[in-house]
Amino acid sequence: MAKKETPEVNAGSTADIAFLLLIFFLVSTTMSTDTGLSRMLPPIVPQTDDAPPVKERNVFTVLLNYKNQLLVEGEWCEVSDLREKAKEFIENPLDKPNLPEKSDVEVEFFGTYPVSKGVISLQNDRGSQYQAYLQVQNELQAAYNELRNDLAKRKFNKEFKECSDAEQDAIKKIYPQRISEAEPKNIKK
Amino acid sequence: MAKFRKGNKGGQQKINTSSLPDIVFMLLFFFMVSTSMKEVTLLVKIKSPEATELTKLEKKSLVSYIYIGEPLSSKKYGKEPRIQLNDAFATVDDIESYIMAERESMKEADRPKMTVSIKADADTQMGTITDVKQALRKAQALKISYSARKANK
Repeated sequence: MAKKETPEVNAGSTADIAFLLLIFFLVSTTMSTDTGLSRMLPPIVPQTDDAPPVKERNVFTVLLNYKNQLLVEGEWCEVSDLREKAKEFIENPLDKPNLPEKSDVEVEFFGTYPVSKGVISLQNDRGSQYQAYLQVQNELQAAYNELRNDLAKRKFNKEFKECSDAEQDAIKKIYPQRISEAEPKNIKK
Repeated sequence: MAKFRKGNKGGQQKINTSSLPDIVFMLLFFFMVSTSMKEVTLLVKIKSPEATELTKLEKKSLVSYIYIGEPLSSKKYGKEPRIQLNDAFATVDDIESYIMAERESMKEADRPKMTVSIKADADTQMGTITDVKQALRKAQALKISYSARKANK
């Protein structure tokens, strides 16, 4: 024999080995992406005695006590009603004197638009439950999302999510998300 | 030429499977690249709270996690909600240095985009979470996300 044949390695089991590895990775890894409610915390500012006065009508106070009960603008309220109340506060459609003032702001696509000066202030007791707190946050977020979505539909005839970045920025300028998470208080029974 | 035609005569044709390992390896690499290993073993019990208005956290490399909940081995550590950073229990005072360390490990350009995801149990009292929030404010980590899962209605 002139040519010496090299013995072939049996490669039939590589598929099995690869399958084994594949299954290991499938089991041990997680594809899930983390979801959550995004918030910006206020930076710490040095305490000053003469804080700028905030008009009562511009603040929407939400209080959550240790029994997970809500007090909205001095009135007892259910979580399910919070969304509508927050929407009415942010938008102030009838320009009521007890709801926030508006200031004219130049916005792209819209021209001059009256933007509400309202701020939502959320305070909670140290004893309240996290789930209840998050539900309140969720409702407030939902109020903003619905308002933005409505405006997007009226102006651009599409959902807020489908708008371009510039359009989204314009809508965000009209409905800026102002939720203040005030320093906690220990509310006594 | 009849002498070459021997063996599986009339039997079924064999399918060539020599490319099967390649296909499987391709799948394997896809999964290896696209998924990430579980980074930490949880020491606390976390039942995610539910919400509807969720946003996805993009870019895992920009996210640091803080876990809050009841310890899994409650005999050893009691039932009080505890904070977990990386693989160990921590106190509120440790958060600042943890954030600093996380920030150090990021690229310079990514540091302002850092997000802290608070993964807390639904039954935790807000006191612990408020303490954590105050610590985060002190550490200048202002972008946070309250981790929650989609409520199924």
